[in-house]
Amino acid sequence: MSAHTYAVRRFSPEKSTLGKLFARDSAVRRMDWLLLLATVVLCGIGTLLVYSATRNRTNLTHGDQYYFLIRHVMNAGIGAGLCIGAMAIGHHRMRTIVPFFYVLSILGILAVLSPLGSTVNGAHSWIVIGGGFSLQPSEFVKISIIIGMAMVLSAKVDAGDQVQPDHRTVMQALGIALLPILIILLMPDLGSVMVLGAIILGVLLASGASNRWIFGLIGAGIVGSILVWQLGILDKYQIDRFAAFANPALDPSGVGYNTSQARIAIGSGGLLGKGLFHGSQTSGQFVPEQQTDFVFSVAGEELGFVGAAFIVALIGVILWRACSIARSATDLYGTIVAAGVVAWFAFQSFENIGMTLGIMPVTGIPLPFVSYGGSSMFANFIAIGMLQSVRMQRPVSA
Amino acid sequence: MSNIPETGRTSRITIRLVVLQVLVFSLLLTLGGRLWYLQIRNGQEYDAKAASNQIQQVVTPAVRGSILDDRGVPLADNETRLVVSANRTDLLEQADDGTAVLTRLAGVLGMKPKDVEDKVRLCDAHTPRPCWNGSPYQPIPITDAATTQQALQIMERREDFPGITAEPTAVRQYPSPDKANAAQVLGYLSPVTDKEVAASEKTDNPLLRSDQIGRSGLESTYDSQLRGKAGVTRYQVDNLGRVIGKAGDTPAVPGDNVVTSIDAKVQAITEKELNDAMKAARTTYDPVTHRNFKADSGAAIVMDNHTGQIIAMASEPTYDPNEWVGGISFKNYQALTDAKSNYPLLNRAIQGESAPGSTFKVVSTSAAIRAGYSEDGPYDCSSSFSIGSQVFHNDENESYGPISLARALEVSCDTVFYGIAYDQWKKDGGTDPKHPKDWFYKTAHDFGLGAKTGVDIPGEVSGRVPDRQWKKDFWEENKAGWCATAKKHKNDPNPPLKIAIAIENCPDGYVLRAGDSVNYAIGQGDTLVTPVQMARIYAALANGGTLYQPTIGKAVVSPDGKTVTPIRPKVTGKLPDSKSTLSYINQALAGVVTEGTADWKFQGWPQDKIPLHAKTGTAEVSGKQSTSWFDTYTKDYTIVMTISQGGTGSGGSGEAVRRIYEAMYGVQKDGQKIDPKKGIMPQPVTALPKMSGDGAAVTQAADTARFDDFFANTPAGGPAQDPAPVLAALTPTRTEKLLYGRKYT
Repeated sequence: MSAHTYAVRRFSPEKSTLGKLFARDSAVRRMDWLLLLATVVLCGIGTLLVYSATRNRTNLTHGDQYYFLIRHVMNAGIGAGLCIGAMAIGHHRMRTIVPFFYVLSILGILAVLSPLGSTVNGAHSWIVIGGGFSLQPSEFVKISIIIGMAMVLSAKVDAGDQVQPDHRTVMQALGIALLPILIILLMPDLGSVMVLGAIILGVLLASGASNRWIFGLIGAGIVGSILVWQLGILDKYQIDRFAAFANPALDPSGVGYNTSQARIAIGSGGLLGKGLFHGSQTSGQFVPEQQTDFVFSVAGEELGFVGAAFIVALIGVILWRACSIARSATDLYGTIVAAGVVAWFAFQSFENIGMTLGIMPVTGIPLPFVSYGGSSMFANFIAIGMLQSVRMQRPVSA
Repeated sequence: MSNIPETGRTSRITIRLVVLQVLVFSLLLTLGGRLWYLQIRNGQEYDAKAASNQIQQVVTPAVRGSILDDRGVPLADNETRLVVSANRTDLLEQADDGTAVLTRLAGVLGMKPKDVEDKVRLCDAHTPRPCWNGSPYQPIPITDAATTQQALQIMERREDFPGITAEPTAVRQYPSPDKANAAQVLGYLSPVTDKEVAASEKTDNPLLRSDQIGRSGLESTYDSQLRGKAGVTRYQVDNLGRVIGKAGDTPAVPGDNVVTSIDAKVQAITEKELNDAMKAARTTYDPVTHRNFKADSGAAIVMDNHTGQIIAMASEPTYDPNEWVGGISFKNYQALTDAKSNYPLLNRAIQGESAPGSTFKVVSTSAAIRAGYSEDGPYDCSSSFSIGSQVFHNDENESYGPISLARALEVSCDTVFYGIAYDQWKKDGGTDPKHPKDWFYKTAHDFGLGAKTGVDIPGEVSGRVPDRQWKKDFWEENKAGWCATAKKHKNDPNPPLKIAIAIENCPDGYVLRAGDSVNYAIGQGDTLVTPVQMARIYAALANGGTLYQPTIGKAVVSPDGKTVTPIRPKVTGKLPDSKSTLSYINQALAGVVTEGTADWKFQGWPQDKIPLHAKTGTAEVSGKQSTSWFDTYTKDYTIVMTISQGGTGSGGSGEAVRRIYEAMYGVQKDGQKIDPKKGIMPQPVTALPKMSGDGAAVTQAADTARFDDFFANTPAGGPAQDPAPVLAALTPTRTEKLLYGRKYT
């Protein structure tokens, strides 16, 4: 290092790094802090619930009551890093890496179908990495589809060539979504397909695509599900789950067991709950998959109506901020990305909580930011990073 | 935010975004509503469901209390046996429903695999016994007589015997102290029926399906005291039934002990003497039927005159009450209820009815004096007595000339009583009664005949006093049949006896005839009494006229011996006689021993030291050999013995009763010498056995001792010469409990 390095002159006065970070118009100042707060609080509650659900599960934790807690916190930490990364890259620059990301996630879900994949609870949608970690590539497909479809749908509109995406563009966008959906259907991971359907709907809605596409898609979804049902594409366990959702009493010790036990857990929580770590249903491990898909039943039992409703409210805050970000985005691309995330989080939360409450069929999808699970946590945080990126792009309002 | 400039949105997209937002928030509202519905509106219902989800009950049966004799010797208690049981839930979880395990188990226990499998199947309408009648969640006992070796084999190879346990368990036993069997007095236990379980559900001590309850004897009467209260441990369990905490613990309350007035030693001697007397009768020639007496059944009672408490009660034929322990086998049950066995389950001391014969004459004497006939008479004891064409004979046509009532009792002169009874019958109006006094019948009722004595064991029968009312009722009941027979045979000039009776009874069978009356006065005819009724009467004659309710239970004592609830003697009647009449009869009955019908059996009896009173009786039974009665008493005790088809009273039972007295008082073989120290019971036992602290010891310490013995006596030759390793190997069984088929530690 030579001394002349210090002689470099600048046109503007020097600012400290911290000062730069919090300067007017700086990235940090433009962030949506409420969104961040809601996410962090939700994540914190989720950590406690996961710990409560797993500290007694000696058969899963190998005797270490912090086994899941430690891994959950690690996942959240990595997720936070990915969130910052996504913010740093920004949703615009992401467009350049999305094709790569898209191909990678498709390769991922293909790998799941290969002998590399593992079957968990009847769904062949996991790649076990080892050390207690496993990867669920379909989580990352959600991001790929949102960005990929947003890219295609917004390109001509943002360039000023079109007022709204034409049919050709819509078909191209749908083509991007269709390939991974078909692969995931083969797994079969019904829950993810349903979430992807909701994402497509949200994306098309926000893109301004013709109403015909919207309604056509809804119709196709209905016809498709009837066909799927009738043609026997669904496995027996999935049909069972549907039947049990409709009437858990049909088979209380079998498929209906999950739902009825979850409902007992939540119902017995009452207004204020039995207190964190004091849920007898939870410590008795009556609800299977309680740290992942049925984590909300822990909240219902131990935190009561107040706590459970607070979680729903936090999700509401995240979705409200995300909707606001979608509305205030400077370009259609940003709007679509934000709307896609809204549709994703909204449907996935509704489906997950709804199935523990017995108003939705049981499918294996996690509750965003609350359930244990690395892939889901990473994908969720990347999505938050994308929302912040969209938000930071617009000028700070006066 | 409405003034945000230059966004990429058209108004169309803004509307779309609003639609999206509305959709999203309606979803969240739906969740909130559903949450409210589940947690607030139906919260309590789910709370109850959660509670029932997580609580499992494990029932620990209570240890049944002991039945003790008057000195605290157990007549019925519990012994520790190694019970091998199978858990159906565990067996059914195995791929072959446990067949392999049960077959292996049968091999270890030396049983047939089929027998083991039969034992664990559940009873239903189509399943023959053996089968399991209890709750399918309770362990099903396969054997209660496993050896230590077998138990060790099972417990050391737990992995080979999933669902099988070998545990020391308290099992009822009847130890027969001094060989006192007392089977009919003690009764027996057998499994509860579904009906009984249902009936007990509302009570504060409901029965378990695996429970046994007392079916007869003291086990039945004092069942609720003996049974105790099963313990319930409520465990909080997880989804697999593994225990994660205790939700409550009601320990089992052992049953109370019942102290009885039975004295094991007197009981043993009474049983032996009754049995010997019957055996002797079978070698005795009956001049009436020209063959030896059959002596097919008999009963004997030793009663405390001052309280009515029963010191010994024997009934023949008898059985071993231990046959019922652990479930009676079909073969044994059939044997016990077979006609060939002559129904050993019957307690003939309270359920055996027969005419009292001459032992009834104390009633007739009392009646005659009440009716105003003088004690001294004299009354003509001729060899026979005629009413119209009917002639009634004295036994062996004996005649004693004019004698007093007392002498008539001593020598048991029938004709004297015929005369008085006939006279009274005529006074009462004969066949056309006008306000009859019926002294003889009234007195029998006053003596407690024709009614249950209320003895504290179940199944007692009331006997019969064939008075006018009974004759009338009997006639009403049978006249249709009699008259039909009479009509059918009305032209038969010489009908057989049975038809002749029907013809005679049809028009006026309700009339009390002279023949009925005179026969009745000497204890023959339609009169039926039980031994316990006669014992009560003679005890009353001894104690100055107080009729007690006979009791066997003396006190209920809590397991720790601290709470003692005495069962006090209850006075239920008074003999109608004046003091002087009683002493007159007393004297006469002493004369029976010294110079009457029993004197030949009591040569050399120390009458001056132990004044003995007795009355013999020989009841005629149509178609059978006569029933012998021998009713006796001293100052303190009454002994009644009766043997069906056993001959005369003194001949059949004289020696047997004498030997019981000798043993009780310590009368030495040479006759006159009395050594109360050698007597089993020279005075009645009035105090309760010492139970303080001991009470617990009687049941529990004794069990522990036996339990320790059990392990100390490990079969020789095995590796377990030292009991310590045996105990160590068995320890896991006792710390590991069973919960609906799931084990936990």
